[in-house]
Amino acid sequence: MIWRIEIKEKAGSVDAFAEGVAKDILDLGIISVKDVKVVQVYNIEGDISEDDVHCISEQLLTDKITQEYFYSHQAYPGFDKKDVRIVEIAYNPGVMEPVEASTLKGISDLGIEGAHAVRTAKQYHFTGDIADQELKTIIDKALSNKLIQHVVKEGSDASKDIETLASAKENKEVHVLQIDLLNANDQKLKKISQEGQLFLNVDEMKSIKAHFKKLDRNPTDCELETIAQTWSEHCYHKTFRGDIEYQCKEEDGEIKKSIVRNLLKSTIVKATEKLDKPWCVSVFHDNAGVVKFDNDTNICFKVETHNHPSALEPFGGANTGIGGVIRDILGTGLGAKPVCNTDIFCFAQPDYPFYKLPAGALHPKRVMKGVVSGVRDYGNKMGIPTVNGAIVFDEHFVGNPLVYCGTVGLIPKGMEKKQVYPGDLVVVAGGKTGRDGIHGATFSSGELTSDSEVVSSGAVQIGDPIQEKKVLDVLLQARDQNLYSAITDCGAGGLSSAVGEMGQLTGARVDLDKVPLKYKGLSYMEIWISESQERMVMSVPPKNIKKLLEIFNIEDVEATVIGEFTDSERLELFYESKQVCCLDMAFLHDGVPKITKKARWAFPTIKNPQIKCPINLNDKLLDVMSHYNVCSKEWVIRQYDHEVQGGSVIKPLSGKGCDGPSDASVIRPKLESDKGIAVSNGINILYGKIDPFWMAASCIDEAIRQIVAVGGDLKQIALLDNFCWGNPDKADRLGGLVRCAQGCYKAATSYGTPFISGKDSLYNEYAEGKKSIAIPGTILISAMGIVNDVNKCVTMDLKKGGNLIYVIGQTHHELGGSIYFDTHGELGDGVPKVNFKKGLETFQAVSRVVKKGLAESAHDCSEGGIAAALAEMAFSGGLGVTASLKKVPYKGKDKRNDFILFSESNSRFIVEVSPKNQKKFEKAMNGISYGLLGKTEETPEFVVYGLDDNVCLNLYLDDIKTAWKEPLKW
Amino acid sequence: MSNEVKVIVLRAAGTNCDEETAFAFRAFGAAVDLVHINRLFQKEFSLKDYHILAIPGGFTYGDDIMSGRILANELRLKLGKDIKEFIDDGKLIIGICNGFQVLVRSGILPGAVAGAGDAFRQTVTLTNNDSGKFEDRWVYLKVNDKSVWTQGVKGIIYIPIAHAEGKFVPENKDTLKGLNDNQQIAFQYCKSDGGDAVYPENPNGSIDHIAGICDPTGRVLGLMPHPERHFHFTQHPFWTRIEEKKEFGEGAKIFENGIKYIKKMLKK
Repeated sequence: MIWRIEIKEKAGSVDAFAEGVAKDILDLGIISVKDVKVVQVYNIEGDISEDDVHCISEQLLTDKITQEYFYSHQAYPGFDKKDVRIVEIAYNPGVMEPVEASTLKGISDLGIEGAHAVRTAKQYHFTGDIADQELKTIIDKALSNKLIQHVVKEGSDASKDIETLASAKENKEVHVLQIDLLNANDQKLKKISQEGQLFLNVDEMKSIKAHFKKLDRNPTDCELETIAQTWSEHCYHKTFRGDIEYQCKEEDGEIKKSIVRNLLKSTIVKATEKLDKPWCVSVFHDNAGVVKFDNDTNICFKVETHNHPSALEPFGGANTGIGGVIRDILGTGLGAKPVCNTDIFCFAQPDYPFYKLPAGALHPKRVMKGVVSGVRDYGNKMGIPTVNGAIVFDEHFVGNPLVYCGTVGLIPKGMEKKQVYPGDLVVVAGGKTGRDGIHGATFSSGELTSDSEVVSSGAVQIGDPIQEKKVLDVLLQARDQNLYSAITDCGAGGLSSAVGEMGQLTGARVDLDKVPLKYKGLSYMEIWISESQERMVMSVPPKNIKKLLEIFNIEDVEATVIGEFTDSERLELFYESKQVCCLDMAFLHDGVPKITKKARWAFPTIKNPQIKCPINLNDKLLDVMSHYNVCSKEWVIRQYDHEVQGGSVIKPLSGKGCDGPSDASVIRPKLESDKGIAVSNGINILYGKIDPFWMAASCIDEAIRQIVAVGGDLKQIALLDNFCWGNPDKADRLGGLVRCAQGCYKAATSYGTPFISGKDSLYNEYAEGKKSIAIPGTILISAMGIVNDVNKCVTMDLKKGGNLIYVIGQTHHELGGSIYFDTHGELGDGVPKVNFKKGLETFQAVSRVVKKGLAESAHDCSEGGIAAALAEMAFSGGLGVTASLKKVPYKGKDKRNDFILFSESNSRFIVEVSPKNQKKFEKAMNGISYGLLGKTEETPEFVVYGLDDNVCLNLYLDDIKTAWKEPLKW
Repeated sequence: MSNEVKVIVLRAAGTNCDEETAFAFRAFGAAVDLVHINRLFQKEFSLKDYHILAIPGGFTYGDDIMSGRILANELRLKLGKDIKEFIDDGKLIIGICNGFQVLVRSGILPGAVAGAGDAFRQTVTLTNNDSGKFEDRWVYLKVNDKSVWTQGVKGIIYIPIAHAEGKFVPENKDTLKGLNDNQQIAFQYCKSDGGDAVYPENPNGSIDHIAGICDPTGRVLGLMPHPERHFHFTQHPFWTRIEEKKEFGEGAKIFENGIKYIKKMLKK
């Protein structure tokens, strides 16, 4: 029997959720909706009495102070009152919302045992004279995503949803499907790959055919899937590991050709090997890079991308993205404890015109709101502070946003090693397996198209952060008792990837029918490749299994033995005792045919714009401050818990009003110690449009600058690279990627900052018909540094009137890709370069003065140049500034006020110094380019004198701050 | 029993401020156990062995349905008797953020106020913020020092909130009057100078700016802001602007008070 319980706010209560919906509708340009009410619906199926329903409504589902409830047997009231349009949205069968399981638990806590299933829905009541077309727009663009939700039709029966799942038949009969490769010609092979969504090319299909020819049999469907998934770009990184014929047309027109063998090894990994830092504990071979923290603890760091899922279902995509990177940390070594998150996004502008949206793409504002909610939901519920991030806007991200999620973890020294032994049991723990995310790994290895939302809907899911938190809690207990010998996360590729990877050197056998399922009816192959979230795989010595299961069970975490690691060097899978897969591990992991791709790079011809320098630059400064890439991200930051775990030292927002933009964030991961971790990032896509080499160098410079500015130790800064690029099968896209990787090598080796881990996400293009929109090649550099004494940290807000302000580092005529040019609609030439020798000396000098306590405040000079940095310091400290551009060290042509103020040259800082320390400070700066810019004032005015001694900027702090805060104040 | 103050920090699925809460108590010399609620159900651990029960922040059971509801029902239905005894024995309870939501939904707070006889009946609530979103921000709090936990905390303190459901709403005017009459309103949001708060100083729209309350005995305290997040001086959002560096932040005293009270009790 189905009971329907409706909960709504009592008259007079504020319904904040409904108000949010009303706002979203206004954002769509629809003004006919006068009022929104939201009703929460619970459909409960089971053998329960009316008294029970009464009790459930009263004691579990309703907050009696502010809400009221109604219950009935009726499945759906289904009528529109006069002037009220009613829409009910429910999740599709198979999409599990965590609240449903919680409700079942809550019912059983009340002593009511008859409930079998719960499905939720939301009902919206719209008042107003609303046209049908408007209502449709509201449903599609504000209320639901058809990949995971549907509109409940009038008169439809909620019980159907529940029944579909409950009555699904178990798939006991096993017909092992053979795929006929042996008789397939190239064309047929291509077709098999396409139809099976395998994303394997003909060469790869031919290698598989050859392998099975030797075995004199065809592969099973399961074997072919396993190979496709292991060999996918997502898992195997074929582009980075393959050969590249690289052709580069130099600036002087000379064409140079070379062969790059294994781009990863010849740039990123090579830099780390060359630097050979003793504090690098484990790099490149595990889920995350591990470095030393103190005498008994190491720290690890990983940043992942979740771009394609976020394009289709922003909340779910970002939600599972952060869930995934947290599992990477849980699966590093024998498991690390996450201590902070960092999240970086790239979207098209939130005011992007609706009419320009490519077919099938969601509007960027909706994408952004969804992504932020997804990160907020998962990060906050996991209890991991989100301390750092960035958001970059560019119209090319329409249809293909970038979502980077990173996590830092703490791991006891020695626990970074793991090894699987034959005889260890294969244990899967955490969430159950469903039909979620089938083909996620292969899906992210192809371009998105306007059909993606239809074809790849299986790749989209929503996460269950509490499930993962439970796993984290028990895992660390089991780890500390040495109960398992190895662990890894179930990410892309699911069990196939996790077990395949763990058993690579030994062999493994798995009984797929033992895997706990969310619902019946999954085929053996679906079980094997499902990407259901919140699962970890462990290898457990048989003698420890009882103890381990006890620890998991007491905290309600499901853990199940599904097989064992063997010494067969084969991957053997069984379902109902029938063998469905028997693959040679060596072929699976090393059988990928080496590919050669072509890459071409030529410098773009970009003219520098002809811009006149206005006498007064007030409007220009306000334009720069209110640029989407510069403006305040407070609306986002406040929704993240950035202080949980109690280790916050420098928050993402600093200063007198707690709203200034900090450089690196600093946390104290061990509450009893004064040692800290500083986390920062560098990202700048505009530079990459001119030259990816200098984009990479600039991003590294920026990430280091931020750590130096807060007082991080320059001698131990670890980097992560994260490439998001277009289709690498197109020579021009790949050329930029090669150049970018070369920039990474040059900057990392010059600065002595090794890479410890990285990631690449390729095929970031959105194809609409024949047109393909590639994202601008983007590198994110994430940096992690050590702060030896957090009590000595420095923030960016000006501290006191009457102090001196210095600019450190040389300013050049480098406005290519600057925010200043962008506010004129120009890209410009002359991308900021890096003088690594001088840059390093500058970093060392600034580190010295921060360490000696000579810097009252320090801020990294980046987008928006000296002007933006100085303005941010002033309004964050609530102190005025009087400055002159005359003493700014400047090299190059066109020495003008606007260029000095807005050039984005690297390796520069603004530092505030007390007059009593002037001599000491200047002595410490000996040999470094620096200039006395001016002084701080108690009056709230921002005044800058130009080269001709006339005022070129005179603004009130409040006006600058308002311009900076307004654009994303939602 | 020795003179050691024993604190139980209760964990459940989704608890996440347990370690820093334990750290705050330990810093003042307490012996702290982090105990999963299932272990209390299974009687591996017992509330009887502790002097202070702390229910920390987090998202227990995902705050599904509404914040704290499922854990509140567990406490009320499965541990109700033990908790009543715990309070009657003169011991202390503190609920922070999600812990406060749990205490309120279970009816443990505000406890038997004027007009409400049953101690375990919900008479106030913490509902969705008026802003409609989760927010992490620092707030100024006017402190009533009548509770055991707030003794000697003078004037205004500065600590952060981080929640989506923190708007305090009483069942009716009588409930509110009862809280006032019994000196049960422990913390109220205010401006930095003590003036009347508006958003964002009152971050969620709480009635009468109420941020925390205690029971009539003053021994059971619940509050939305996180005192454990201003335990170190360096947690202050602009500590780098403050010339006189201190050892502790402004939330530390609350934990110290709890420990001191029990120590005194043990000496008797």
